Amino acid sequence: MKEIRLHGRGGQGSVTAAELIAVAAFEDKRFSQAFPAFGVERRGAPVMAFARIADRPIRIRSQIYDPDYVVVQDVSLLDVVDVASGLKSGGKIIINTDRPKESLKLDTRAEVVTIDATKIAMEILGRPIVNTTMLGAFAGATKEVTQESLNKAISERFHGELGKKNLLAIKTAYERVS
Amino acid sequence: MMKGVASSASQGQSPKARGEKTTKTLGMKVVEGSYAVAHAVKCCRPDVISAYPITPQTHIVEHLSQMVANGEMDSEFLTVDSEFSALSVLVGSSACGGRCYSSTTSQGLALMYEVLYNVSGMRLPIVMNVANRALGAPLNIWNDQQDSIGARDVGWLQIYVEDVQEAVDATLQAYKIAEDPEIMTPTMVCMDGFILTHVYEPVKLLDQELASEFLPPFAPRSILDTADPKTFGAFADPSTYTEFRYLQFEAQNKALAKIERTAREFEETFGRFYGGLVDSYRADDAEIVIVTLGSVIGTIKDAIDSMRAEGKKVGLVKVRCYRPFPVAALREALKKASIIAVLEKDVSIGGEAGLLADMKAAFYNSSIHPPIIGFTAGLGGRDITINDIEKLVKKAEAAMKGIESEFEFLSLRTEIL
Repeated sequence: MKEIRLHGRGGQGSVTAAELIAVAAFEDKRFSQAFPAFGVERRGAPVMAFARIADRPIRIRSQIYDPDYVVVQDVSLLDVVDVASGLKSGGKIIINTDRPKESLKLDTRAEVVTIDATKIAMEILGRPIVNTTMLGAFAGATKEVTQESLNKAISERFHGELGKKNLLAIKTAYERVS
Repeated sequence: MMKGVASSASQGQSPKARGEKTTKTLGMKVVEGSYAVAHAVKCCRPDVISAYPITPQTHIVEHLSQMVANGEMDSEFLTVDSEFSALSVLVGSSACGGRCYSSTTSQGLALMYEVLYNVSGMRLPIVMNVANRALGAPLNIWNDQQDSIGARDVGWLQIYVEDVQEAVDATLQAYKIAEDPEIMTPTMVCMDGFILTHVYEPVKLLDQELASEFLPPFAPRSILDTADPKTFGAFADPSTYTEFRYLQFEAQNKALAKIERTAREFEETFGRFYGGLVDSYRADDAEIVIVTLGSVIGTIKDAIDSMRAEGKKVGLVKVRCYRPFPVAALREALKKASIIAVLEKDVSIGGEAGLLADMKAAFYNSSIHPPIIGFTAGLGGRDITINDIEKLVKKAEAAMKGIESEFEFLSLRTEIL
């Protein structure tokens, strides 16, 4: 089983991103589960969401404390949240930032992957909504979900022109980190 | 597409193409728990829905409201000023012969309290999903089961579910049980708030045709009708009140067999079974058996598997039906246990806790009565982890040599007391 923790701020679509990971993984014929860190959501406040992917039905329902992967949608969270907490040493942390990874001073032995998702989202979507772009980066860096299944999940969620733009954002991010 | 329906994972592919494992997942979609339950309610074809939104039940009634507005459901959705009004509206609607649905949690259930007794006393088979949540003060929106366990004596049947699929399936079963002419008793389907209402996981949504076949239209023997005037629940003086209560008591006893039978009938139609009144997991040769209810069961099963790998004889008995309390089924399921460890998300302040008290009562006069110890955990949304379960089992192991504490708060943070 692989466990994923997503960090974002309220309004950045972290819960949707976790949900889409679960949908894509199930599309890949694996089992999945996604849930938010339950709380009183407020726009801009630090939030978390979780996803699990496994080859057999998932029964556990506790929160995720030792993730295999961490996705950070907003680099400013590094100042206020221990985003690498519990991250497995063989795992990966994927961070949306334009800063070089050496400057992030993360306390982890896991692999650090950076991507300027905000720039990609601004160029393609015209808005700094990075959750789908970060999903592309997650898929590219971890290969835990296929790009094809992710595309299908996105297409069912976002229709028409918006869907197409999101697919392009995913593709761009996927290729950049692969 | 409805918010909450995220994917149709198996359409357009043959089972063969999807591999052996997928025969079980065929037709499943990753959806939100609240959506799955709302969809199940839709398949039950209620005539009247009335509910007042309250976290974490909100998504269930939002989805239903949307389905009614979209014309996908032929139901009246009555918006009201409070939970008290929501259930009161349904008293009238149900007495007039309508199939009725509501959903609530926590303070909302507490506000319904007076009406809960009226519904059961008038023998109105209303079904309600309780999205279990803690009660204030202090204010807390997170999950525990204090709300419905605290309402164990209101005369409603109570079924507790383990996952979203069971929440879906139990909702359909609930109407069939509640509306049986021999039962005519309202039913709560209790699902852990947030943990099950807000999770996205693979679920097989109900097929409308099969659901309609399984659950025929509501056909009460007696309804409010101006052509044949009657009074429901008006007045019973001391010469008859006891007999009204006795008949409710008898109906709940009859419900034991009905719940079991309905679960089997459901299995025949839909191929899924969760135990009727109780269910067991690796309990046959277990020395330590954990008895619990609700969504923590999945985590416990994982914990049991890892403890079994270390040679510990641990098992689980799930209380699916809490009211009526299935004494005979529990005695049977636990007859080989060396010790019973009850885990629950409620506390009876000044006593112990609901399930623990019922378990002790169930075994006191039994020919086999293993020691029973109890734990409360997960109050106000405190996460229950595999570590917590292992801690509980260590305490049960120690208690086999002599009980030091019959009831305790598991993983209590003594440093902040």
